[in-house]
Amino acid sequence: MSQPAVRVRNLTKQYPGRDAPVLAVNGIDLDIRVGECFGLLGPNGAGKTTTVEILEGLNEPTSGEVEVLGLRWGTNGREIRERIGVTLQATRFPEKETVRELVTLFRSFYRSGLTCEEAIGKVALESKLNAFVEQLSGGQQQRLAVAIALVGDPELLFLDEPTTGLDPQSRRQLWDVVRDLRDRGRTVLLTTHYMEEAERLCDRVAVIDHGKIIALGSPAELISRLGGDHIVEFGLIGDGEMPPADAFSGLESVLQSRLEGDGGYSLTVSEPHRAIPALLAELDRSGLPLARLTTRHVSLEDVFVSLTGRHLRDGDSESTADAPRTRRRGRSRRAG
Amino acid sequence: MGRSSPLFQLYLTRLREFYRQPARIFWVYGFPILLAIVLGLAFKNRPPEPVAVDLIDGDGASAVETSIDTYNARLHSSEGTKNVRRDRPPILVHKLPEAEALKRLRTGKTALVVLADAGKSQPVTYRFDPTRPEATIARRVIDDVLQEAAGRTNPRPAEDLYVTEPGSRYIDFLIPGLIAINAMGGGMWGIGFLLVNYRIGKLLKCLVATPMPKRDFLLAVMGARLTFLIPDLTILLLLGKLMFDMPIRGNVALILLVDVFGALAFAGIGLLIASRTSTTETVSGLMNLVMLPMWLFSGVFFSAERFPAAAQPFIQALPLTQLVQALRAIILEGAGLFDVAIPLLILGAWTVVTFYLALRLFRWT
Repeated sequence: MSQPAVRVRNLTKQYPGRDAPVLAVNGIDLDIRVGECFGLLGPNGAGKTTTVEILEGLNEPTSGEVEVLGLRWGTNGREIRERIGVTLQATRFPEKETVRELVTLFRSFYRSGLTCEEAIGKVALESKLNAFVEQLSGGQQQRLAVAIALVGDPELLFLDEPTTGLDPQSRRQLWDVVRDLRDRGRTVLLTTHYMEEAERLCDRVAVIDHGKIIALGSPAELISRLGGDHIVEFGLIGDGEMPPADAFSGLESVLQSRLEGDGGYSLTVSEPHRAIPALLAELDRSGLPLARLTTRHVSLEDVFVSLTGRHLRDGDSESTADAPRTRRRGRSRRAG
Repeated sequence: MGRSSPLFQLYLTRLREFYRQPARIFWVYGFPILLAIVLGLAFKNRPPEPVAVDLIDGDGASAVETSIDTYNARLHSSEGTKNVRRDRPPILVHKLPEAEALKRLRTGKTALVVLADAGKSQPVTYRFDPTRPEATIARRVIDDVLQEAAGRTNPRPAEDLYVTEPGSRYIDFLIPGLIAINAMGGGMWGIGFLLVNYRIGKLLKCLVATPMPKRDFLLAVMGARLTFLIPDLTILLLLGKLMFDMPIRGNVALILLVDVFGALAFAGIGLLIASRTSTTETVSGLMNLVMLPMWLFSGVFFSAERFPAAAQPFIQALPLTQLVQALRAIILEGAGLFDVAIPLLILGAWTVVTFYLALRLFRWT
């Protein structure tokens, strides 16, 4: 097998904390293959940015081995910088510079690379070539940041939460930039806390929580580990006594049944065309009228909830069932 | 250095960033000019203000009036000649009944009330508050006029020589101070504040993630700072020369050299306060901590020598003090390189020490 673009062994990073030292990265092993788009997923504070900054040479590890493009930061820093591109979270560029001027400035740092126009073309900002930074929208500024990272024609591109805070259209435009890069055989390392983003862009993802990788594989692999492909969500009319989640776990093709925080039920099923008739028949028999019913594919978000849910709680099904809906849980963990 | 070299591009970026911000241009160039004009006009040399007195309407009043009119007439006829005595202002007299004059004195509407008995050798009474300077001046001026009118002769001829030629007025004192203040502000805002803002905006991190030579970045920021010094200096020197007829007695190249030394010392201090700071509040506080003592003690607006001797070693060690003194010595006294060697050494020491510390402490991330 050829050399990986990034090779990390037993990486740790410890920060001095208020009470006790904080272990932001707690023993990470990682191999990122050349030409893949790799996603580092996790809630805020999970250790993603610290990990990426160590890979980018902007932060020093406490211990562990890091090789980027087969080189080490301590001895070949300058060489690595020539061959990687870095987009940080929300860089504020000088506001009175034009897009062309800034890209020209960054181009001057590299021995070889794209022309200024090529780099701007890659992020579709040609119409803003002579606009000042202050006249760009948030999405355009983020694309400018990507153009700046691309101008050295990097073999490996780091994107740290590139779409956080962007509107859906700007987000899609950035996704196109990433897909184009991957199609041209470049390696991309992306961090995000949007599961949808990782699912759409990444060949492989690592789910990181509390400084550790808790799952690694392609989005499809991770999803299939949940057992089923589909989620059936439904709610019942009335405020009468609600049947326990277990009442539905025995139905045909249902793998898992959970009571959601909003009073609805969530079933993980392998075959919706069998599970739904069985469910309807069961509700009919018990005289429980249906308020709503939806089905969807299992997403990485479900994987994440299932993984961190076990991690967060003591693992009993009751507390899992009582937990708020997935999205909200992600947020409350971030706040914590 | 080619057009596409990092150093040139970084330098160009800095220049553009500056001249595209009209507000910054005002604070750097417009504000000192305004300050110079306002203070220059406020402290301009003018003929003395007339002295106003209240005269109690009585027996001796008309004789006093006659003496004063004669005095005023003589003063008027000597105007334009070389012998104008600037310590002798014209006198304005209000003749009033006693009660009204005393009321005006009590309420501060007049500074001096004169009561004269009839006859040249009869007593004169002055009523005034001795703590009011204009009252004591008025008393002295009137008394001289009345005594001379009564026949006093001044046995010893006296000559007053006034120092009002360009080069020793307040404005001449002020302009070198403003040049120095600009060098200080440039180092604080143009280096310290700028770099902290770059750090907050993650621009430093973004730059250091590229193969950009760090040395080029710092050189470009310093180079831009020194470039801005030229219009800085030119504008203030021209203002002094053209508007206030300030003499420039020393070598202009030496003025520039001293200003560059000053700017480098302040650039070093700016770099030092920016080396670890990562919030606007902290950098503002640090800048005030550096600038406030120098605004107060370095003799920009009034002479630093007025402070007690015990404070002088501290005051003389401040870079702004040395810069102001050296600039004044060159501009106003025509000092040469040798004369300003000590200020240059002190400024050089500030530069070396602050840069050494700043470059060791500086954090890019």
